[in-house]
Amino acid sequence: MLRIPCPFCGTRDHSEFSYGGDASVEYPALEAPAEAWLEAVFQRDNIDGVQLETWQHLHGCRMWIVVERDTRTHEIHSVRPAHQGLASALAQSADPVSES
Amino acid sequence: MKPYSAWNVFRNGLSGQKGWERAWRDPEPKTEYDVVIVGAGLHGLASAYYLAKNHGITNVAVLDKGWLGSGNAGRNTTIVRSNYMLPGNREFYEHSLKLWENLSHELNYNVMFSQRSHVSLLHSPAARDGAARRYNTMRLTGADGELWDLPTLKRKIPHLNYSADSRFPIIGATVQPRAGTARHDAVAWGYARGADQRGVDIIQNCEVTGVERTANQVTGLKTSRGIIRGKKIGFAVAGNTSRLWRMAELGKLPIESHKLQAFVSEPLKPLLDQVVVFGVGGAHFYISQSDKGGMVFGGDLDWYKSYAQRGNLPIVQDVAECATSILPCLGRVRLLRHWAGVMDMSMDGSAFLCKTPLSNLYLNAGWNYGGFKASPASGWYFADLIANDRPHPVILNHSLSRFERGINIDERGAGPDPKLHG
Repeated sequence: MLRIPCPFCGTRDHSEFSYGGDASVEYPALEAPAEAWLEAVFQRDNIDGVQLETWQHLHGCRMWIVVERDTRTHEIHSVRPAHQGLASALAQSADPVSES
Repeated sequence: MKPYSAWNVFRNGLSGQKGWERAWRDPEPKTEYDVVIVGAGLHGLASAYYLAKNHGITNVAVLDKGWLGSGNAGRNTTIVRSNYMLPGNREFYEHSLKLWENLSHELNYNVMFSQRSHVSLLHSPAARDGAARRYNTMRLTGADGELWDLPTLKRKIPHLNYSADSRFPIIGATVQPRAGTARHDAVAWGYARGADQRGVDIIQNCEVTGVERTANQVTGLKTSRGIIRGKKIGFAVAGNTSRLWRMAELGKLPIESHKLQAFVSEPLKPLLDQVVVFGVGGAHFYISQSDKGGMVFGGDLDWYKSYAQRGNLPIVQDVAECATSILPCLGRVRLLRHWAGVMDMSMDGSAFLCKTPLSNLYLNAGWNYGGFKASPASGWYFADLIANDRPHPVILNHSLSRFERGINIDERGAGPDPKLHG
């Protein structure tokens, strides 16, 4: 079992998570040429070593996270929220959002 | 090389088994060959065999970083079938099945191919309709396919869980009677021996560490046993294709490496005469019984990308649950071994047998779950591709450019996510 330190919930078994895919892929603008979309949708580095990948804590906080993991040893080097803006908003949530 | 025969078995029995020769040589690599194939797995060895046999090209080397057949050749569940529907795939896999049917005679090596039927269980009328469409399409290409109703299935395989209370009650099955299993090691050894007899050098413990190239050609392969040059080079290293691709500085590929586990139980008395597949509602499971009696089975990928040849526990639980849900009689059977292999999972679940951006480099990759059954046809068409420098019409669309041309061969309709093409 991989043990993934979820930045929101703490360290959990990977069976609580759903694997996303290559987190280094950046999707182009909608009007970008077809080659750019071909590259983003179909072409992969498929790194044998440390790579960035997305996971979703499906059976926990349901947050998407970015995991830096070695594909040869499965060692996890770092974990961070996939959406930094959301993470900082949550950090401030001790102060409840006022309803308007 | 003396052929294997009943007479030779008898004669060696009388002479203390001293008359056997080694099945293939262990040659020192030459510095140059007409064709160099990287990867002495089933696909690489079959390619070398058919290069020699069909095309008369015998100055061939097959390199492997370990011993031949040390990768996925020995890490599969040995299932052979041709129940593919899409154009290209169905002709390809049916050709493969026809090669399997004569392989033991062809190679003078018993690959123990057993056409015991491949039975895919059905659990809903909609699934039965979909399967009927698939199997009818197969029949149009010359493959065989049958629909078994519930009474037939109960007669053929009495001990499946037919309870109406099960989560997914069984309502019938689609069946390919000519499908079955084969002994995976014997296939590697048979092709190796056949290729070696025709002059092919099989060079084991020879890891490719670099690729020398010009702007449009590969000039040589740096290996742990020196530089080896080839007029033509073929890559057949599924699982590690992206690594070699990077050595050749060719950029990205529509492939991810994932691992797939397989399992074998302690030997049992004859229990299951067919290959049975259970796939519904997230379950994915296939099982057969080996000639030694072990139940051989497998399920889904481990879901996350990996180059490590070892599996993880959630899938062990997953397949155990599937096993006991369709074959409750296995509940107290103990697991003997389990192992994992690294798969080239492609973006549409189909393989690549094609030319590459370099004029003398050819690619055989992206076999997903289907590499074992594909190996004879893979070798056949890859040899044809290398010898004639053009793809055979059957593999015309098994190219790297199919994605930009919008002609994906997506048998499952799962979309561009490699892990979903199980």
